[in-house]
Amino acid sequence: MSGRRVAVLKGGRSLERAVSLRSGAQVQDALARLGHEVIAIDAGPTMVADLLEAAADAAFVALHGRDGEDGTIQGLLEAIGLPYTGSGPAACARCTDKALAKRLMREAGIPTPAFHTLRETSIREFGAAAALERIEADLSFPMVVKPAKGGSALGVKFARRSEELPAAMVGAFSYDSTIVLERYVRGRDLAVSVLDDADAPGTGPRALPVVEAVPREEDFYDYESRYEIGMTTFVCPADLPPETTERAQELALAVHSLLGCHGVARVDLMLEADTGELWVLETNVVPGMTETSLLPQAADAAGVGFDELVERILAGAFSR
Amino acid sequence: MERSSSGGGDGRRTRATAHELARYEALFAARTRGMKSSAMREMMALTERTDVISLAGGLPDTGTFPPELYANLMARVASESTARALQYGPTEGMAGTVGCIVEVMAEEGTVVDPSEVIVTTGGQQVIDLVCKTLIDPGDVIVAEAPTYPGAVPTFSAYQADVEQIEMDGDGMPIDALESTLDRLAAEGRRPKFIYTIPNFQNPGGVTMSLARRRRLIEVARERELLILEDNPYGLLRYEGDPLPTLYSLDAEAVGRGGASDLVIYLGTFSKILSPGLRLGWAVAPRPVLEKLNLGKQGSDLCSSSVTQTFVTAYFQERGASGEPAWREYISRLCELYGHRREVMLEALAEHFGDHASWTRPQGGLFIWATLDERIDTTDLLALARKSRGVAFVPGRAAYMDGRSGSSSMRLNFAGVPEQDIREGVRRIGTAIREQLGLLGSLSGGARPAPRGAAPDTDTGPLADVVALPVPRAGADERRRRDR
Repeated sequence: MSGRRVAVLKGGRSLERAVSLRSGAQVQDALARLGHEVIAIDAGPTMVADLLEAAADAAFVALHGRDGEDGTIQGLLEAIGLPYTGSGPAACARCTDKALAKRLMREAGIPTPAFHTLRETSIREFGAAAALERIEADLSFPMVVKPAKGGSALGVKFARRSEELPAAMVGAFSYDSTIVLERYVRGRDLAVSVLDDADAPGTGPRALPVVEAVPREEDFYDYESRYEIGMTTFVCPADLPPETTERAQELALAVHSLLGCHGVARVDLMLEADTGELWVLETNVVPGMTETSLLPQAADAAGVGFDELVERILAGAFSR
Repeated sequence: MERSSSGGGDGRRTRATAHELARYEALFAARTRGMKSSAMREMMALTERTDVISLAGGLPDTGTFPPELYANLMARVASESTARALQYGPTEGMAGTVGCIVEVMAEEGTVVDPSEVIVTTGGQQVIDLVCKTLIDPGDVIVAEAPTYPGAVPTFSAYQADVEQIEMDGDGMPIDALESTLDRLAAEGRRPKFIYTIPNFQNPGGVTMSLARRRRLIEVARERELLILEDNPYGLLRYEGDPLPTLYSLDAEAVGRGGASDLVIYLGTFSKILSPGLRLGWAVAPRPVLEKLNLGKQGSDLCSSSVTQTFVTAYFQERGASGEPAWREYISRLCELYGHRREVMLEALAEHFGDHASWTRPQGGLFIWATLDERIDTTDLLALARKSRGVAFVPGRAAYMDGRSGSSSMRLNFAGVPEQDIREGVRRIGTAIREQLGLLGSLSGGARPAPRGAAPDTDTGPLADVVALPVPRAGADERRRRDR
């Protein structure tokens, strides 16, 4: 599949702009090596005009965070009839909204840490603060508080005690009007990427080897260092009992299908230290493609090089 | 639109594996581990948008420089100094520029020998060269808390262990400095230098008192410690009497009309003329100066001859009153910025009210405001940027651990017009009230207690000195990076 004109969408205005620019740059290089013609577009006010002018065969979505992952861009691409990589608008919306994704998982019987969601308006208009005591009793401390949308490290808070909860919630509300309060699962940080096998249509998506993110510092996992080389060590394939690996991959495939993902997705899980249970935290529809990102490492462990990975993700644009 | 088209399928498929990509990690120098760009810094990068009122920058207002003067000077440089301006210059700087520097420093009552000056590429290069010259990994630097956000990445890159001393309204308390030095001595450690911005500190907005300046010099002399005196704004004073530089106080202590032997002085044309020129300077004890010179040779050989020639031409210029043009320009800046400072102080009283405390700088560019300790200004910035279109520097940027100072913010009053100051502060105030309201509802409906000095516009001006807030946690706790 050579000689395509591919528009790489990157950058944008989300808090993850910098990561997106790095992902985009890696993808551009790979596409060029693969013999495609690359048009790089920083998603801004002239994006649609640029896309129309580019007359590309497909758009490669390398936008993380708001707009790029929540279905906004995907909806636009459908409106102008341009094939694009990754999941469609509905799957994007389901994955990006952690409140929704967790509810769907719970209904489907997929283990996800106990949680409650709160909207800012329910605090202002319905006196939701009175529910906090129940929520605390249910989830206990420490608790993780995060904005329902947005994959950036910013806004993810830990509350160790009841007194820390209001500030943590207000912090998280700075990024989204809905927040998720979640039981903190202490354990190992795992990620399973799922890749549709475009070479063998009909065989369906396949789970790649499990990656473990090992924080370098003895602390709560520092979300801010997730994307930085040197702050976190990645082990792939993760050193796990075979049945745990298998179970993590099963869960990832189940979530991929439940949320309706297409092409590629990365499912983040926790392996709880005390119980050995696996818990699904969230799904990323536009996984990072930077030097340190989990998806390229997992693909590599499965014998799929970076260029081949990019080629397969691109193929997904034409197999919707 | 940026285009990069490929050679077109020549079959040369370089297989860049993830392992190869990860291999970069092994190539990076150990010091880069400290060079992390935090999520907070990435967010700050996003504030450079035209539709955002930014009180975040460190900018002077370059729109105040007379365009015709700029054009004349550039034309003169081009026609009269073509070969020189286009040529390399000496590493220590061109003699004409050094002469201007001696003049500027004399304006603050500091006498320096031209042979002790090195011209640098902005003041930032002095910080970098001083670290390059003095800091081995793990060496201690003592700095103020909060400290200049732009020094944080430099200190990190050289893997310095920075001890930050919490300031009050008179700058760095010297007794706190001494106990830190004692503790370090007990650990067998000795700081390589003390980093201070004595005038209108960035970001704190406070000025080190004369008594403390004298005491600091005494302490430095007793213990034979170097001081890096960062003084970008000394000439931008809007009220009160100028205070002697640490450099001149130390020179006085040395006596016999000698030069300071413990103070490395950092100056810059950035705030009194233009940051775009990228011209700063250091004055240092000769052995240090020689190393700085070697360090600079390795960094960039010399600073721009074009801008050095420009500065020299500018300093020969006379203004309308017959005074040197550069002095007139600084007077104009002081008038303008002094007025903008008043506007921001008024706006703060109106829109931050009793929800915050803030410093009242006698000069410089910045005000430091501190909110209810439950508000994290990094989160507030996300909210204010997104829903209110306004930006500031979150306090965490001024702390090495990236965690402390979380309820403070730095506001620039110099670089934006009056109406933007008023509107910007109003928008931040709205975002603060929004968060306080939410906190109030979540904490059982009680309004949070006002914090710090409550400015009241009806009773006249603010107290001369609003003390910087007490740190939320001790230095030890801060280092634990817990949150």
